[in-house]
Amino acid sequence: MPSMTMIQALNSALDTMLDRDPKVLTFGEDAGYFGGVFKVTEHLQEKYGARRCFDAPINECGIAATAIGMAVYGLRPVIEIQFADYVYPAYDQLVSEAARIRYRSAADYTVPMTVRMPYGGGIYGGQTHSQSPEALFTHVAGLKTVIPSTPYDAKGLLIACIEDDDPTIFLEPKRVYNGPFDGRRDRPVSPWSKHPASEVPEGYYKIPLGKANVVREGADLTILAYGTMVHVALAAAEDSGIDAEVIDLRTLVPVDIEAIVQSVSKTGRCVIVHEATRTSGYGAELTALVQEHCFYHLEAPIERVTGYDALSARA
Amino acid sequence: MSPRKSNALELHIPAPRTRPGDKPDFSGWSFPEPGDTPRPDVDASAVEMREFAYGLIRVLDLKGAALGPWHPRLDAETLRRGLKYMALTRAFDDRMHRAQRQGKTSFYMQSFGEEAVAVAQTMALDRGDMCFPSYRQQGILIARDYPLVDMMHQIYSNAEDPMKGRQLPIMYSSKKDGFFTVSGNLATQVPQAVGWAMASAYSGDTRIAAAWLGEGSTAEGDFHAAMTFASVYRAPVIINVVNNQYAISSFQGIAGGENTTFAARGVGYGIASLRVDGNDFLAVYAATQWAAERARSNLGPTLIEHFTYRGGPHSTSDDPSRYRPADEAKAWPLGDPIARLKDHLISIGEWSEEEHKKLQEDCAEHVRTTGREAEKVGVLGVEGAHSRESMFQDVYKDMDWRLRAQHEEVES
Repeated sequence: MPSMTMIQALNSALDTMLDRDPKVLTFGEDAGYFGGVFKVTEHLQEKYGARRCFDAPINECGIAATAIGMAVYGLRPVIEIQFADYVYPAYDQLVSEAARIRYRSAADYTVPMTVRMPYGGGIYGGQTHSQSPEALFTHVAGLKTVIPSTPYDAKGLLIACIEDDDPTIFLEPKRVYNGPFDGRRDRPVSPWSKHPASEVPEGYYKIPLGKANVVREGADLTILAYGTMVHVALAAAEDSGIDAEVIDLRTLVPVDIEAIVQSVSKTGRCVIVHEATRTSGYGAELTALVQEHCFYHLEAPIERVTGYDALSARA
Repeated sequence: MSPRKSNALELHIPAPRTRPGDKPDFSGWSFPEPGDTPRPDVDASAVEMREFAYGLIRVLDLKGAALGPWHPRLDAETLRRGLKYMALTRAFDDRMHRAQRQGKTSFYMQSFGEEAVAVAQTMALDRGDMCFPSYRQQGILIARDYPLVDMMHQIYSNAEDPMKGRQLPIMYSSKKDGFFTVSGNLATQVPQAVGWAMASAYSGDTRIAAAWLGEGSTAEGDFHAAMTFASVYRAPVIINVVNNQYAISSFQGIAGGENTTFAARGVGYGIASLRVDGNDFLAVYAATQWAAERARSNLGPTLIEHFTYRGGPHSTSDDPSRYRPADEAKAWPLGDPIARLKDHLISIGEWSEEEHKKLQEDCAEHVRTTGREAEKVGVLGVEGAHSRESMFQDVYKDMDWRLRAQHEEVES
């Protein structure tokens, strides 16, 4: 089985689906000939032609809206928003349209589209290339929000999103595109090739949406994380010597409530970790869910470890 | 060097020439004569066609004669069908507007005065072509013989409402009739139509797309996204700007109409752009036919500005006497679309005043009977018209655990 970085795994997912399903096509700013600024769509135009993988004008509203029209027609478009920080011009199309078309038309029309976007900090991008806007999507009924943390998950989850009959928001933690950064700034990031989850099958496989992954078992504390923070949480558990169970949520909506309840019922303690700013962040939702579902098992207040309510991750 | 002299800057806020209490005044406008505008070949380049964005395609004169190269030369049966659909649309609007006044529904929007746009265009398109309407194109459904009773069920949100009570009245959807679900967010449907057209071309299909929006919502970014993508990918789409002069209370100058035409928006995008008398059934039909043929021949999109007048209020929640002269509609220099097609049919000996009177009575009777049928099922506000479960369905293909739990909570 080949070892892949997350970028290669995402590329492999798109390759697999373009090959399997003529209804799949992909486009975005610089996503065609050039293969995307992060190279996720590299060689796809060469292999499948410009009709299946092409460059889009710099207009996120237009990219999202035309994808909606294509999905309504019956295709399965996968669009790349170059940075999650650039998604806001598309926000109305995603929130008022993609999310609602099935409901408002009583399932007459559906929107099986996937919105891929790199998100998160840690790449010296300053405040315009580091945002974590997941809560702006998890709040919206009608959308599903997915965040992988490893190459293996990235491919399996992206394929699941493409095959899903509802619009999916697929956020890619760009800090771990090339290696599992774990927050230890004093040492170099080890390459994906040394990580077991970089073993990625060449062909087709899916990881079901809505299923979390227990990436570290433990008895004393449950850490809920997703994306880059999964690796940071694992390192923190190791460094602190705390017997923590780390759950990689993988899908934020619909979240795997059973996995959360099972773990917190066992450990009695819960820490939630995300990069996004704290106020009304997804951690607030998780805190409420844990409180509602696990109140009698809790031995300590639920804690959140999050970004500050400030706009800038340091470049 | 002498110091530069600077005048104080002045901010320009557009204002219409007339307000309530004034006499309607359209005297500043001039239009080409009917029949005077040439008809370019469908493969004419957008650059060669710039002048069409500033002119006005007219076929019918105000006495009912059809003139010039845009005359589509439709047979009398087709013309009578167009007349019937327009008359039925007007009768339906009249009935449903009054139904709102009687408290049977919360909201209604007439297309009074601009019926030719939706009806003539639908007739000029193929049955399989996909329509992405705004909220005032009920004429599309009517011209595709969608059951009036289902429109009424939707307006009444009753147990037979195909939208299950989820949509504001008049926001219909019918996939089998190529009618996209109407959105409340304006202009969003236009780039979606472009995407649908791109998908049709991608798939080697033969169907094209058409989208409608008001002149007011051309100011939305979505319209410009649509124009860019349509131009870049040469999408087989017709983008229709229905310039009915008003966006609720704002005259078209607030959307940029003081300085240029709305058809001229297409010039900068390199899109073939036509400006047409929207109250002239034949001109609208001919322009649509031209644009459809262009799209079907892989020659790309067309922008059409339909120059018309919103004869009624924006909606039942609006009172135009508060912002425009009360009798402005009657002074509209390009007349009424139904009267003009009627006059044409009479002038060619294919219709009479008696037949027209009978048509109007038949339409009124048809909507009256249909209205009773719909009201028997229920009007707005009847408890229990829709199951509680239906509130949780169709959010996703399958209900997730949250929706199942919330549904159970409501039922318990």
